[in-house]
Amino acid sequence: MKKFINNNDDFLKESLTGFGKAHSDIINVNLDPSFVSRKNKTKDGKVSLISGGGSGHEPMHGGFVGHGMLDAACPGFVFSAPTPDQMQAAAEHVDSGAGVLFIVKNYSGDIMNFEMGAEMYSGKNDSIITNDDVAVEDSTFTTGRRGVAATVLVEKIVGSLAEHNGSLEECKKLGEKVNKNAGTMGVAFTSCTVPAAGKPTFDIGDDEMEFGVGIHGEPGRKREKIQPSKTIVGNILEAILDNLKPEKNEKNLLFVNGMGGTPLTELYLVYEDACQILQSKGVEVTKSLVGNYCTSLEMQGASITLLKCDDEILKHWDAPVHTAAMRWGM
Amino acid sequence: MSVSFLISQAKSIQKVIDENSAEIEVLDQKIGDGDHIFNIQRGLKLVVELEDAIKDLPLAKALNMIAMKVLSGIGGSSGALFGTFFMTMAKSSDLDKDVDFNKACEMIISGIKAMKERGKADVGEKTMMDVLLPVSEKLNELKNNGEFKTGLNEVIKIAEERMLSTKDMLATKGRASFLGERAKGHIDPGARSSQLIIDTICKSVINN
Repeated sequence: MKKFINNNDDFLKESLTGFGKAHSDIINVNLDPSFVSRKNKTKDGKVSLISGGGSGHEPMHGGFVGHGMLDAACPGFVFSAPTPDQMQAAAEHVDSGAGVLFIVKNYSGDIMNFEMGAEMYSGKNDSIITNDDVAVEDSTFTTGRRGVAATVLVEKIVGSLAEHNGSLEECKKLGEKVNKNAGTMGVAFTSCTVPAAGKPTFDIGDDEMEFGVGIHGEPGRKREKIQPSKTIVGNILEAILDNLKPEKNEKNLLFVNGMGGTPLTELYLVYEDACQILQSKGVEVTKSLVGNYCTSLEMQGASITLLKCDDEILKHWDAPVHTAAMRWGM
Repeated sequence: MSVSFLISQAKSIQKVIDENSAEIEVLDQKIGDGDHIFNIQRGLKLVVELEDAIKDLPLAKALNMIAMKVLSGIGGSSGALFGTFFMTMAKSSDLDKDVDFNKACEMIISGIKAMKERGKADVGEKTMMDVLLPVSEKLNELKNNGEFKTGLNEVIKIAEERMLSTKDMLATKGRASFLGERAKGHIDPGARSSQLIIDTICKSVINN
């Protein structure tokens, strides 16, 4: 394992402390229990958005705390859900009285810990669960689809509504709409290495890829020989379109997300391939996001998310945002 | 059940889990994401380190401190589930009186019931509940039965059989559920760690 690390026990604490110093104009980092919160107090009457999850997906979620997005984020250990006391402390710290909306990715550990955190928090609160990963068939026989990169879009869009004084109910409703309108699928070329494990999470041949991989390196739909980008992107989009079935002339946001180890050069190539394929199918792309937003440590690979946008979603997507990892309009 | 019993069990379990950590890690990498063993090991370390803080406390307070430590120090599914287990045990009535075998069984049964509710998982879904629920049922039969040493040998057997039975199951809960058919052929790591815990506790009770 080659990583910038001093000792495993302090890995997360040291990284969080550095994050806090690097972005001290926007956020504060609280340790024990760990949570990232905005430097400025939540204004009265504004619903607070709190997300969280295992670390190793940076900049998600701490990098999305700031104006127009989250009020707080609770980082767990690498790839492990955060603990209920973190959510409780974060909620008590940021809630201005208008209530707290927890944004939770659909993983058993996250659901359970957020549920307990919500039970321990005495203020008004509600939750939304993201589950945009179309690689997993949604059926009554599974926990359901995984919550992956579209969580970033939910946080941005609902964050804007909250900033514009949307109520807790309205924020939840919009978040559920964005989640329902989004589909994601990822491909990995290499594994990631969890620091505590010290070795790669899975073995994969030099000429292989994991199609439909999860953001923790969980196996996806199938292991395949690597193919040209156009073929990979075409297969991903086919799975997404099959699921989302966008209408002709409906506006869409195309999000190409790096898993951490793939250079932007390749991500833009993926974006180009995706644009061409979508155009040939009559799917209109009006908004874009390309970069490393929901990563899996140093994994090489990418995910593609398509989000069907109505006017409400477009308006809140374009609204100003100022966080460590996403900033425009201000 | 006493505070010193809890501390000595935590130490024995820590030893057994450490001895089997490589196996559990591999199981989790096959069908999960590899964090289970680190979470369990971190939790056990935290509980063992509580010794000085809890050794002179009444049982209910000690259980509550263990619950809070487990809940806030582990994370993942294991933290929520085992935290729920200890929290429920801590809420049992009459903990200031002597906690005999029957009472201990009742506490463990109610703890496992709360875990089931928290995780919303049942038998047959390739999780730790495949081991814990049958064990809980057996304990329910055993309580108020004088022959608990023979009974605990049966508990050990049930835990092992049920752990092995997860191998050919399709997962419908937890990380492995995203795998479909590909999860088949691997024992569930949570079932394995739970079975090792049950095995360790039962053997220690039988031999004392």
